[in-house]
Amino acid sequence: MRRSEHVYRSISSISGQLIFLQGVVSARIGEVVTVTAPHGLKMDAEVLEIEGENVLIEVFGETRGLDIGRTSVAFGDTVRLVPLSSDMIGRIFNGSLSPADDMPMFIPEQWRPITGAPMNPAARARPEEFIETGYSVIDGLNTLVKGQKLPVFSCAGLPSKELVSGILKNSRLSKGEGDFVVVFAALGLTFHEYSYYMKVLGEMKTGFVAVINSAEEPVMERLLAPRFALTIAEYLAFEKEMDVLVIITDMTNYCDALREISTAREELPGRRGYPGYMYSDLASLFERAGRLKGQKGSVTMLPVVTMPEDDITHPIPDLTGYITEGQIVLSRELHRLNVFPPVDVLPSLSRLMQKGIGKDRTREDHRKISNNLFKYYARGRDMRRLEAIVGRDGMPEKDIRMLDFADLFEREFVGQASGRRGIGETLDIGIGLMKRFSLEVT
Amino acid sequence: MTGKILGISGPTISTDLKGLSLYERVYVGHAMLTGEVVRLEQDRSVIQVYEDTRGLAANEPVKGTGTPLSVRLGPGLLSGMFDGLQRPLRRLKEEMGPFITCGREIYGLDHQKKWSFSPSVKGGDEIAQGQVIGSVEEGALRHLVISGPGNTGRVLQIREGEISLDEPLGTYDGGGMIVGCHEWPVRLARPYRKKFAPAGPLVTGQRSIDFLFPVAKGGTAIFPGGFGTGKTILEQAIAKFADVDVVVYVGCGERGNEMAEMIEEFEGLKDPWTGRPLMERTILVVNTSNMPVAAREASIYTAVTMAEYYRDMGYQVLFLADSLSRWAEALREISSSLEEMPGEEGYPTYLASRLSGFLERAGVVETLGGMTGSLTMLLSVSPPGGDFTEPVTQACLRTTGAFLMLDTALAHRRHFPAINWFQSYSLYADELGKHFRENISPQWDDLLRRAREVLQKEEMLREVSEIVGAEGLQDSDRLLMLAAEKIRMEFLSQNAYSEDAFSPPVDTLALISRIFQFYDRIRGQLAQGISLDDALKTECPS
Repeated sequence: MRRSEHVYRSISSISGQLIFLQGVVSARIGEVVTVTAPHGLKMDAEVLEIEGENVLIEVFGETRGLDIGRTSVAFGDTVRLVPLSSDMIGRIFNGSLSPADDMPMFIPEQWRPITGAPMNPAARARPEEFIETGYSVIDGLNTLVKGQKLPVFSCAGLPSKELVSGILKNSRLSKGEGDFVVVFAALGLTFHEYSYYMKVLGEMKTGFVAVINSAEEPVMERLLAPRFALTIAEYLAFEKEMDVLVIITDMTNYCDALREISTAREELPGRRGYPGYMYSDLASLFERAGRLKGQKGSVTMLPVVTMPEDDITHPIPDLTGYITEGQIVLSRELHRLNVFPPVDVLPSLSRLMQKGIGKDRTREDHRKISNNLFKYYARGRDMRRLEAIVGRDGMPEKDIRMLDFADLFEREFVGQASGRRGIGETLDIGIGLMKRFSLEVT
Repeated sequence: MTGKILGISGPTISTDLKGLSLYERVYVGHAMLTGEVVRLEQDRSVIQVYEDTRGLAANEPVKGTGTPLSVRLGPGLLSGMFDGLQRPLRRLKEEMGPFITCGREIYGLDHQKKWSFSPSVKGGDEIAQGQVIGSVEEGALRHLVISGPGNTGRVLQIREGEISLDEPLGTYDGGGMIVGCHEWPVRLARPYRKKFAPAGPLVTGQRSIDFLFPVAKGGTAIFPGGFGTGKTILEQAIAKFADVDVVVYVGCGERGNEMAEMIEEFEGLKDPWTGRPLMERTILVVNTSNMPVAAREASIYTAVTMAEYYRDMGYQVLFLADSLSRWAEALREISSSLEEMPGEEGYPTYLASRLSGFLERAGVVETLGGMTGSLTMLLSVSPPGGDFTEPVTQACLRTTGAFLMLDTALAHRRHFPAINWFQSYSLYADELGKHFRENISPQWDDLLRRAREVLQKEEMLREVSEIVGAEGLQDSDRLLMLAAEKIRMEFLSQNAYSEDAFSPPVDTLALISRIFQFYDRIRGQLAQGISLDDALKTECPS
């Protein structure tokens, strides 16, 4: 350990966010350093690579105005730590965790490394406690449980923020016991979206912590903000025994930032220019969701991914889908038909649903109802293809019935323009629909 | 011997430490992180570090161990749960809490636990490497104690009864100790006398596999599939039901919650073949996606070495990895931090040879001790975007014996297991068809051929029926489509959460022959001029 700060002015080259320094004595990987520009502005940076006495650092912030000779770099011998306190609840921070709400900085109770440590798989508790979101299509068919990570796959222009804010407002995360808090991480958010979400958070009764990186703020902070948010979430969940719902929007901006930084580091590009380690990087965020055995508190994640070109095989939704426990896929077609939330039932999935539903959790007949609704709706969708070829009149009565069922299912079960539905109501609507078309529930 | 760190880049470091050998295990930094030598140059060596390098500084010490990365082999592995370096996760949890922090070495085996040892050698016998010295009861399994490298000589005296791994089992002439466990380098395949062609089916209990695309014991199979196609559920179902003695399951770069779910479920289940707790025959190696990348690369080797160890006792061992793509990606990440020349899609050019070298560790062998054991490998692959032309799937295709393609379209209609019956294949089909014909029913082959035909014809008829409508088809064609639907819905799909999750070959055969009996009966009626609708009414009067 070094006793004091070491300051160097030995920059040998600057390129984008990257600075090469010479003659550095014992730097640490991941060490936080402070870069001071000639005009006095200070910025955080991190040690990326060490080669003997040559050190590569990456600056979190605007590098315009830096020079060789006058710019200094101070090494403090610590890796990045996040200040934590329960006083953070109700506060808004920027992408480097400075207060963004005109209030003073809180007094930290604890400091933790930003990357967190991987949860021991043997210590994990199986996620199985039902979260009622108030949306039939999620609660009934793609049930969310505590400790799950369930992304929303959206397309540009679809109402993902309305869905997310609806979930925020309507979720009953804990059955009366324990505290529920939302940690909201916004990455590359436009002002329009920002003000929308702030309004929603303001209306909510439950607490929240917001980490906001807006569209014009440094790209590097886009990579830090979700890690701040998750470190806060882990602290509140496992230290303060709260049920935490983490909303991250939009992961597509995160991945683009990752690509930008990776290219600047001259790393080998993978598919569509995204770095080869994007899977591991995304996993280092998403895997922080979970519950621990014998402990209260949980971290549940609801990231939003906007699929570029509406393509679910694009690397961002693809890698996300490989890590998360299911996905809620929004559909342009349903949106056009004015169905809200426009969730496409067929590709949507909640992998942890099986254990979260049924007797003592939701209702005994839940599994049966959801399987049947899915089956009949899938059949109805098949019939639509047939209808396009032979026309409705050319189809036998039982096929027409499936067509009508699918239409009504989309309008009345999936669609719920206003108001939350309890799980009982959701299941009853499902049964009612099948009865109306005299479909057998097997 | 101690050197110091020269440079650090991602998961690799370079050091000036002299006298290292390739793949030697080293300790890095004050935190004593485990690493492995991957490249040697005149004045520097490159080390791949198995733990998070964050916080590591230049000039910190590097120590060599003189031995390659190894696992400890002995009684007590079964029902264990290890990370990619064979550190026991349950003990790690007791010692450091629910989150894994760096730099702690804990052996994979419990050296204090007493085992009831009964020797099978006596004073004066010669012990050679790979020979059975005796046995202990490890749960339901008779664990044969096999002599490791160097543990050889003429027995002077051998003990019997309660012995822990810390104590010697006896002594050799000349004073050496006879020991009950040994270390084996993970990247070196364990030796055997002879290798045989894979023979006899691995009964998975999955009808679509056992009937359409059977896998032989000692064979290899891959399950490639996009996300949501049920790779993990299928692998876990096979881990539960396969007719083997030992199952080694590697969660390689996958989800932590999934592993928690699997462990809880396995702890409550019984082995369908022996009725004993399922965990007693299972070893789990878990390196979730957020655990260090280099350890993920090592995890499949750690696991396969333990699998080979049980094979060497003459057992039927099943090795399951989920997913091989994550391993390949880890390899790519390490390769790129070593600044190697990339091949296709950034994977190193040695991907295919590493992969085939690994897959060749499967097989049926005559062990050094003269027994016959088998090691079967079932591996899932996660092709990006569900595109099977990617390098990992393609490299696997050249070396594996069965290709069980998981189909996104089937998964979307909740047909599970989503094994596509047109694209998949098994090179063991002919051989094993013979086995099923002889051991289950002479009808096996015939029914298989007919089932394939029906499915094939359905595909053609489906196109026609989309144009003319199902009602526009001839009765015989409609009947065929009905039969095909029955095969798909009742036979090929199996709900992993129901009683039907496990179907032994006898039941599999009974079900498919019932479907064909139905088909033949109605066909007979159609031949007599009865219309399909009438025939169906008499068949199912409801």
